Amino acid sequence: MELAQGLLETALATVWDVLPIVVIIFVFQFLVLRRAIPNLGRVLIGFAYVLMGLTLFLVGLEEALFPLGELMARQLTDPAFIYGAVAVLPAAVRWQDYYWVYLFAAAIGFAAAIAEPALIAVAIKAREVSGGAIGVWGLRVAVALGCGIGVALGTYRIVTGTPLHWYIMAAYVVVIVQTLFAPRLIIALAYDSGGVTTSTVTVPLVTALGLGLAATVPGRSPLMDGFGLIAFACMFPIMTVMGYAQITEWRTRVRSRKGVG
Amino acid sequence: MRDQFLRFLQAMTSSARDLAPILLVIAVFQLLVLQQPIPDLGRILVGALFVVLGLTLFIRGLEMALFPLGEGMAYDFARKGSLPWLLLFAFALGFGTTVAEPALIAVAGEAAKVAAVGGSIVDTAASRDDYATGLRYTVALSVGFAIVIGVLRIIRGWPIQYLIIGGYLGVVAMTAFAPPEIIGIAYDSGGVTTSTITVPLVTALGVGLASSIEGRNPMVDGFGLIAFASLTPMIFVMGYGMVY
Repeated sequence: MELAQGLLETALATVWDVLPIVVIIFVFQFLVLRRAIPNLGRVLIGFAYVLMGLTLFLVGLEEALFPLGELMARQLTDPAFIYGAVAVLPAAVRWQDYYWVYLFAAAIGFAAAIAEPALIAVAIKAREVSGGAIGVWGLRVAVALGCGIGVALGTYRIVTGTPLHWYIMAAYVVVIVQTLFAPRLIIALAYDSGGVTTSTVTVPLVTALGLGLAATVPGRSPLMDGFGLIAFACMFPIMTVMGYAQITEWRTRVRSRKGVG
Repeated sequence: MRDQFLRFLQAMTSSARDLAPILLVIAVFQLLVLQQPIPDLGRILVGALFVVLGLTLFIRGLEMALFPLGEGMAYDFARKGSLPWLLLFAFALGFGTTVAEPALIAVAGEAAKVAAVGGSIVDTAASRDDYATGLRYTVALSVGFAIVIGVLRIIRGWPIQYLIIGGYLGVVAMTAFAPPEIIGIAYDSGGVTTSTITVPLVTALGVGLASSIEGRNPMVDGFGLIAFASLTPMIFVMGYGMVY
């Protein structure tokens, strides 16, 4: 009963979200372009699939993953877990004590990116456009690795309380240098993969982790230090995707040289 | 019929594989690291089944509706050849899909709390609401602007890296002047604006435009719209923090 109500509410919310997009598309299609949509029936059925799919997806996440993920983020960042049964908390935070948090952050960042529907969509498109040169799984794993590294580094930043903008600026420098050397075909896709990673699955899980951590680490406040994980999860996939392309390019070069020699 | 069923089953299996890592991570940490039983296992299994079914339907719908629609409109706009209408459409798409985005509404609410604690606004419900609404429209405006710039880039064939590096410089410059408490939220706001429905639609639009304009390569020029949409909100949110 509760589940049915959840489904209905999420379905309505999803329709409400999609409504502006549908209105914009139909207004422009009929008033500006003045053309009928080809295969209108098929498109409408597809839209219904998207709405139903997204609703089931969101309800399923709410039911299964988010409560447990949030609970675990709270438990792992709990001082009682990190410092064991010691009654006195150490005066200064030692970043090494939080190793389980970094490991969990990396694992959940990676796994959430793999399940991200928006990333699957972009990977399908990239394979289609590149004529199969960029594999769906290759791109997704590259992005997920970046997301995992980013979230883990982000938790380290919250634990140590170092300023966010230094990390972001350093990341910018790395991205700019990589841009100079990366194959031209990958650059736009790599930049895109930053924004794509963070949607339905990643944002709630990662936000819960950040806020939980900032609330329990002595000397941090959730309001001032809880942010930044999403920014990290956006930044690092850009590097890993360019890196993936560079490695692929290097390997084909080595292989072709071997073939000739 | 049997064929279709097999295809559906195959799609379900691949969705299950997409979900497997996250289930594995949660199970391993819960059982081995925290050493606690998994609560409410039945409910989790039902939820996981929903996620797998939902992902399968979503991907099917993506290929039936969102991709062809985005590409079809790109071709039609290219054939019509009217730049102002195309840019207006780009702006409307960016603004319209962002302004009601639930993740953005949540972040704007958080930002208002931070601003109240930091002392930039009076800490009352009304002023927090005003602040959050203003922020939401600012971000939506910035995404609309981003898609317009991105579409212009595809048409003119500007290299993306100069624009992105310019954007980075903008972020760095704004960071120096923005109130410190807004910076974290501003950086995060870039990631939350692009929703699961917007991404495929906007990507298809970009690729469609690049393939229907002569001299553009869909791989080099077609991607990149999302990149702009996750960069401009950072600059605009810090600007909002400075002005407010």
